Amino acid sequence: MAVVAHVSPELGSHRVRADFPVLERTVRGGKPLVYLDSGATSQRPTCVLDAEQEFITDHYAAVKRGAHQLADEATEYYEGARAKVATFVGARQPEEIIFTAGATASLNLVAYAFGNATGATGDAARFAGGPGDEIVVTEMEHHANLVPWQELCRRTGATLKWFGLTDDFRLDLSDVSGMITPRTKVLALTGESNVLGTLPPVADLTAAAHRVGALVVLDACQSVPHRANDFAALDVDFAAFSGHKMLGPTGIGVLCGEYALLETLPPFLTGGSMIEVVYMDHSTYLPPPARFEAGTPPVTQAVALGAAVDYLTDLGMDHVEAHAMELTGLALQGLSALPGVSILGPATTDARGPAVAFLVDGIHPHDVGQLLDDAGVAVRVGHHCAWPLHRRYGVSASSRATFGVYSTADEVAALVDAVAGAQKFFAGR
Amino acid sequence: MRMDDLYAEIILDHSRAPHHAGLREPFDAQTHQVNPTCGDEVTLRLAVQRGEDGGLAVQDVSFDALGCSISQASVSVMTDLVIGESLAHAQKMLAAFEAMITSKGADPGDENLLGDAVAFAGVAQYPNRVKCALLGWKAFKLAAAQAEVGAT
Ligand SMILES: Cc1ncc(COP(=O)(O)O)c(C=O)c1O
Repeated sequence: MAVVAHVSPELGSHRVRADFPVLERTVRGGKPLVYLDSGATSQRPTCVLDAEQEFITDHYAAVKRGAHQLADEATEYYEGARAKVATFVGARQPEEIIFTAGATASLNLVAYAFGNATGATGDAARFAGGPGDEIVVTEMEHHANLVPWQELCRRTGATLKWFGLTDDFRLDLSDVSGMITPRTKVLALTGESNVLGTLPPVADLTAAAHRVGALVVLDACQSVPHRANDFAALDVDFAAFSGHKMLGPTGIGVLCGEYALLETLPPFLTGGSMIEVVYMDHSTYLPPPARFEAGTPPVTQAVALGAAVDYLTDLGMDHVEAHAMELTGLALQGLSALPGVSILGPATTDARGPAVAFLVDGIHPHDVGQLLDDAGVAVRVGHHCAWPLHRRYGVSASSRATFGVYSTADEVAALVDAVAGAQKFFAGR
Repeated sequence: MRMDDLYAEIILDHSRAPHHAGLREPFDAQTHQVNPTCGDEVTLRLAVQRGEDGGLAVQDVSFDALGCSISQASVSVMTDLVIGESLAHAQKMLAAFEAMITSKGADPGDENLLGDAVAFAGVAQYPNRVKCALLGWKAFKLAAAQAEVGAT
């Protein structure tokens, strides 16, 4: 039998780009689209759309309910997607994967479920917090991993604390033992800043949190799309991410939780599909993941997310990461070589992911973005849902370029040229 | 649309040296507006006085703004337009400016009424900049409403 070596297509190559039809279009009067906003949302390959269409055309029905063949097939597709995602992120078993509407929904699920443990006796009591307890976050969190914890503190009387940031764009770890103490109930942190690109030492902080009996919630939105992940090895208790940042559809996200914890965690949303037995005055609930998937789940989106996972796995996550970091290196070099341009984040690719935020002296990010857009270069401008982070560095906003599997070195060059062009435009008038 | 048109010279001039900038006393109303998508902010103060016809008139508008060139220039041009006018006329300009900016390009703006502010007509082509252009005007609208209540 012939052994066929699996060769990963070169990322950013014509072959990969051909899978993303949108990249062929032009914008702003015929300029080729240079899409550098994949950190906000990624484009989708044809195979993801095809998987969605095939499922709808041939196999669609209510999952886990009907007593008919289509329902069985649909359920198989849905559970198949769960298994794919579980393998992709290193969950211990498929049942650790809960499908949600997105990362924001996943993080709110955890925060509300913790809150629902207030007053609980038995195993669920470990999730409960109140006056005297502390929830620890970081100053680089996306609002989705900050505001739900502010609200949980408001509801329960627990206190919110946070790791600050250093002048060189890292977490301030000068007093870890003062921050993570026996009072800590929850440590909620990002796996990778969606602005700075900074990678916090998640494994070390998780170990520190576990030593004091705290639960760890990881916002893995930015790390899952471009790096191999092993949540079990990392030992985080919960991790959240979104389908639409990893070549999948909108309307789907994941909460990955350690099974033994999920088994004792109270539900958040309640209703159909999550119950075991319902009486008029009370109900009992199914085991996870069903307990956390009340109502009709986003089946179509889950199937499409499974296809996105297949696509990424075929490319090889090692290649995906190497490609993203190569482009990050080029962008950091190219942008910091421009006088008057500074990087909001670590200047090298060391302990960093592919989000390159930058500031241009004398030109507001909105105006930078406008000129880039006119050159066909799509970046994000604003505070990128990380307002406290921007405040920490004394700015109200920044421009940010992020890369996908389809991004190219030529596109990075186009970005650098367009930034130089914006500087010239505003200086010359 | 060309960037030269969007960033007309008058817009760049105002954004670099905004007129009536800096918060001043006395004032009858103060409002604060934020653009939550980009973090731009404006604090605006309005001082009014009774005109000869008995209606309120805009005596002074001062502001402190943080934001892009469009938002800075827009609030600056607005102060030039409304200071010295009756509150009723200022509100008419405001409605006309808002109509122009949200028209997606269909309404070029009435130069007789809006003067230099018609330079912002190009912003209407860029939906994500509409909020920038309106930030200061919204702050004024709220301040005017406050001043009216305070004066009755
Ligand atoms: C780090 C991080 N956390 C959370 C989110 C929220 O994800 P979503 O908007 O898909 O719920 C995002 C994306 O915007 C993100 O980048």
